[in-house]
Amino acid sequence: MHINPLEKKWLFASLALVAVFLGSIFYTAFERNIHPPSHVETVDSAKLHLGGEFAEDKLGVVGQADGSVRVTLVAGRYGFYPRQMSVPAGRPVTFRIASMDVLHGVHVPMTNMGTMVVPGYVAQVTTVFPKPGEYPMLCNEYCGMGHDHMWSRITVVAADQWQPTATTKGSN
Amino acid sequence: MCDKDIKKLALAHLWVAFGAFGVASLLGFYQVVERSGLIPALKSPALYYGSVSTHGVLMAFVLTTFFIMGFGYHTAANNGAGFNRCAAWAGFWVAAVGTLLAALPLLTGNASVLFTFYPPMQAHPLFYIGATLLVVGSWVWCVLMVMAAGAWKQANPGAAMPLPLFATTGNAILWLWSSVGVALEVVFQLIPWSLGLVDTIDVGLARTLFSWTLHPIVYFWLIPAYIALYSFVPLAAGGKLFSEELARAAFVLIVVFGLPIGFHHLYMDPMQASGWKLAHGVGTYVVAIPTLITAFTVIASLEMAGRARGGQGLFGWIGALPWNQPMVLAAGLSLLMLLLGGFGGLVNASYAMNAMVHNTAWVPGHFHLIFAGTVVTLYFAVAYRLWPSLTGKAFRKPCLVLGQLWSWFGGMAILTTPWHILGLLGQPRRISSVEYDSPLVQSWGAYEAIMIAGGLVLLLSALLFVYNLASAHWQGEASGEDTVAYAEPLHPPGKIPALLNGYAVWNWVILLLMAASFGYPIAQFFLMKTFDSSPWGY
Ligand SMILES: [Cu+2]
Repeated sequence: MHINPLEKKWLFASLALVAVFLGSIFYTAFERNIHPPSHVETVDSAKLHLGGEFAEDKLGVVGQADGSVRVTLVAGRYGFYPRQMSVPAGRPVTFRIASMDVLHGVHVPMTNMGTMVVPGYVAQVTTVFPKPGEYPMLCNEYCGMGHDHMWSRITVVAADQWQPTATTKGSN
Repeated sequence: MCDKDIKKLALAHLWVAFGAFGVASLLGFYQVVERSGLIPALKSPALYYGSVSTHGVLMAFVLTTFFIMGFGYHTAANNGAGFNRCAAWAGFWVAAVGTLLAALPLLTGNASVLFTFYPPMQAHPLFYIGATLLVVGSWVWCVLMVMAAGAWKQANPGAAMPLPLFATTGNAILWLWSSVGVALEVVFQLIPWSLGLVDTIDVGLARTLFSWTLHPIVYFWLIPAYIALYSFVPLAAGGKLFSEELARAAFVLIVVFGLPIGFHHLYMDPMQASGWKLAHGVGTYVVAIPTLITAFTVIASLEMAGRARGGQGLFGWIGALPWNQPMVLAAGLSLLMLLLGGFGGLVNASYAMNAMVHNTAWVPGHFHLIFAGTVVTLYFAVAYRLWPSLTGKAFRKPCLVLGQLWSWFGGMAILTTPWHILGLLGQPRRISSVEYDSPLVQSWGAYEAIMIAGGLVLLLSALLFVYNLASAHWQGEASGEDTVAYAEPLHPPGKIPALLNGYAVWNWVILLLMAASFGYPIAQFFLMKTFDSSPWGY
């Protein structure tokens, strides 16, 4: 084996570079608790409409007793239901989404609100929207010929002006 | 070593590869135009998604697989490793028939499931069966390569296997391991389901199995490009390979660590827990090391060649390099694109940062730089390098060869820069037109218009590439070139440790790593109560 001293230096530099990247990932994961949405929970996609959390009358935005907000959505070709939502700025918002048909993805551009919506599984993601405004909530996974049209509107309002629009549990 | 039959075998594979590439380039151009919305008459989601599916399958599966097989047979034969030629032709025909079978539903709009198969959207069974046959044909190649390397070692006991042969064998082993995931998905899930034998399908399991294949496949495409960087580039620049031992180590690292990292494609999926995603994320960063080694060794080899040609000072050697050599030019351009694309890849691979760019236009921007930029540019260069010996004909106008490489680079720069910006502006990747009524989307239009210019340059460059090959093959003058030479290492390898001269032990390491990284994540679907998707077509 022949390893040039220059090669050795470069190997150490490469390892150090990778260590820096991994170090920052570990720091954000373990110290700041920042993870991608990874909620291993199954749901029967074919029976969403028959009752339970994702039944028609349970969908929407709900304020929680601890000040956080929960949004329950069904994704289906071609829309997120409900189509309009209003959430407060600066407060943790947890989205729970189930697909009633194929694979979808959800993303609010310019924010880190996003997750894949896989039929058979509940997709859950928690985020905080810092700034009030109107945002499109897009389907970002190809789901059929109408995919381009699959989007809903999410309005982020200042926390003191926010009113829950859907059924509420316990908070009011 | 490389007789007429081998040349015919290699040429047959390369022409299928580059024919598919030409067709796919036309579709690519159509897509940037359609997506821009500038020509309303072109607007059609059905055509668009059919076109995206066909473009992806042709580029990612047909171009690559046939190129890798043809180049691999040629490399083995040129490095003194024999194989059964009848079996090689049988593999070619199985793969070619598979490609044709898959093309029928693709071109008639009955397989618009994109190149990742996207269950529970269902394609015609012929699509899945054709894709399977393509993979089966490639398995024939893998087995022949592994056997050829074994025969070489038996005939040359104790000797160091030639680097190109060592790397090709590694690629065959990598592909055997990595294609198992998609094979399980297609054979046990997609085919029975598309034939109507079962009604429904577990999408979480299907996506997990696909992710097993989805990242190492990138290394399957990349290894032949690295072979060109190590074996052809130093020689074309007039120098030697700086380090052959480290090159071997890089190939081993890619084969071993390329495999257990597929979950970085599932970062945003709900069915795998975060610990597994983090573990695969760590592996993803580890596999950046062989690429850093490759960049170093290739640049060091180029620097030695440049200094030997009289280049002086810190950067003077760069100007002294023979940039009119297609192989040297391709190396320079592809390393540049690898650097930029690699940066984008680090963002994608970042466990949490990925959320900002996941499924946005950033992603195709990134992988077009890496795949269409780095990998395909080196495929071009390999074709230009092999053509005079394969066909016996010389290129009539070398300036057209250089112009083609430059235009491909220019087109990629024009296409991928706005693509990355659109990603940061939140544009999703797989849409055929922008339908969102939001002020945000108004900032997207100008970038899409620029992308049309990039697509046009790339289309012209692709057609020029096919023209260059065809005109040399059928109208070129005799090249007088019969064999292909490989770069000599600066230090002859001498005694190589067994670990860097074969993969026997590494296969066991891979088995352990795969069991650790995919064992429970696949088993969980059989341990917990899962629900399939709704039946298709109801
Ligand atoms: Cu959708």
